[in-house]
Amino acid sequence: MTLSVAIRKRLGDFALDMGFEAPGGVTVLFGRSGSGKTSVVNAVAGLMRPDAGRIALDGEVLFDGAAGRSVPVHRRRLGYVFQDSRLFPHLDIRQNLLYGRRARGLAGPGEMDRIVALLGLEGLLGRRPGALSGGEAQRVAIGRALLSEPRMLLMDEPLASLDAPRKAEILPYLEKLRAGTGLPILYVSHNLSEVARLATHLVVLDRGRVMKAGPAEALLSDPDLVPVMGLREAGAVLPARVAGHGADGLTELAVSGGTLWLPRIAAEPGTRLRVRILAQDVMIATERPTQISALNILPATVTALRPGEGPGMIAQLSIGQDTILARVTRRSADRLGLIEGRACFAVMKSVAVAPADVGQGLRV
Amino acid sequence: METLAQTLGPEAWQAVRLSLKVAFWATLAALPFGVAVAYLLARVRFPGRGLLNGLVHLPLILPPVVTGYLLLLGFGRQGPLGSALYELFGITLAFRWTGAALAAAIMAFPLLVRAIRLALEAVDPGLEAAAATLGASSLRVFLTVTLPLILPGVIAGAVLSFAKAMGEFGATITFVANIPGETQTLPSAIYAFLQVPGGEDAAMTLVLISIAIAMGALALSEVLARRAARRVAGR
Repeated sequence: MTLSVAIRKRLGDFALDMGFEAPGGVTVLFGRSGSGKTSVVNAVAGLMRPDAGRIALDGEVLFDGAAGRSVPVHRRRLGYVFQDSRLFPHLDIRQNLLYGRRARGLAGPGEMDRIVALLGLEGLLGRRPGALSGGEAQRVAIGRALLSEPRMLLMDEPLASLDAPRKAEILPYLEKLRAGTGLPILYVSHNLSEVARLATHLVVLDRGRVMKAGPAEALLSDPDLVPVMGLREAGAVLPARVAGHGADGLTELAVSGGTLWLPRIAAEPGTRLRVRILAQDVMIATERPTQISALNILPATVTALRPGEGPGMIAQLSIGQDTILARVTRRSADRLGLIEGRACFAVMKSVAVAPADVGQGLRV
Repeated sequence: METLAQTLGPEAWQAVRLSLKVAFWATLAALPFGVAVAYLLARVRFPGRGLLNGLVHLPLILPPVVTGYLLLLGFGRQGPLGSALYELFGITLAFRWTGAALAAAIMAFPLLVRAIRLALEAVDPGLEAAAATLGASSLRVFLTVTLPLILPGVIAGAVLSFAKAMGEFGATITFVANIPGETQTLPSAIYAFLQVPGGEDAAMTLVLISIAIAMGALALSEVLARRAARRVAGR
């Protein structure tokens, strides 16, 4: 299932003019606030009418400016999870969950039991929305959208209004959704940690335009996008597999370029994971360091170097079949004589990887 | 009831009953229009919105006698609307209890619209958008989301309208006069009792009944307003 979007819209001083394709999986629209992410999702949902352009889902036209055609919101069959959960306050949780089924004339409770179990809603069904925490309400909102049997799920920063523990509570559910339903998701976010956890495909927006689009792993390790991502936030994701657990509380991960030791991860050996390595947590050595506390030393090749505006620079390193980013000073790069194609070692502290940056792999 | 009727005497009792009937039908007939106009004013941007708003509020500002006279001009047998109603449906409003209901409805209309509009403005349009994304058509969104959320506000507005309709005097007496059993409502009866010697006692009883009805309506609308707040909070 592919969503193709090409739209133009003037909103006061702001002009939206963009096009992208969202294949299956999770396509994340990433950009700073004011880059037009929400407007795009609203246009796809039918809540905002573009001035011109075309939106189609698998060839079915949802909007065509030239033909003056626009399918009304309620006939688009797209589930929408908003930043605020927008549960109906006068209905209990069960009625909220089933609202879309009634509205669409779908028979019976559908996959109610499976979705309730997937999102952990068992204890909430008889409650009222006002009695739920933010995280619970957002899980109900996701369930409500899923039960309306949408062809695609739109999510507009569904975690933005939640604090870190609530976010950590919902992210695994979203990963399960990605793995379990095969439902394509268009997901808006300006949080790179979320992007690294969820995205299979990434569309980077800047002031109403698409700056770059492509597979998430490639874009997250693209040194040219570091200024957009933010120096402290930039980081690549490494696909990994749990190889085993050490007696000292560390977990051994197999990555394409060798072995990573990270603080214990609660996952069975064989589990596929995605590990986000921040550029600022990676050091570069031209000889294999021996007397050093960092446990992860992987042979690498410099594939790109990008000087920053300040004293720093970003190096892209290939490790096995994967690519990561390292942020070093220009002085270090000069002293080590780093150039593209140079063999080196990437050095990473085990404890630098935060638990929130270890997520479920794309292929389970 | 029997004892109350005996205490009041047939004429006063008739006035109380007629007032309840007039206020009931006035409120019921005004409700759908009130919801529609409140919805237009709260949700739809259209040319002439300011004019409609002014028109709805006019009875609140105009002297009631003027409203009554305008009704007489429009809905009297010779009036353009009155003659049309008579020729098409055989309906006469002037000097009939139905006319009293029309006058009461128009005088209560601003209160009704105001209460419903406030309730509508408290509803998050985001909820309606969410319902639409779940597959609900505009009509379904209104019936299953908007209306249930504003219902306490609608009821509160209806209670206020009812109380206002019970007490309407100026427009009523100008439009439909003061005919016992047909158009003599509670306030008209009080006025009539005060015009005759020895009518003070009967007038005072009716005054007390008026006060009781007004207080009851206010209390009821307060309870309903609180329930509305609870409902919108979803607890």
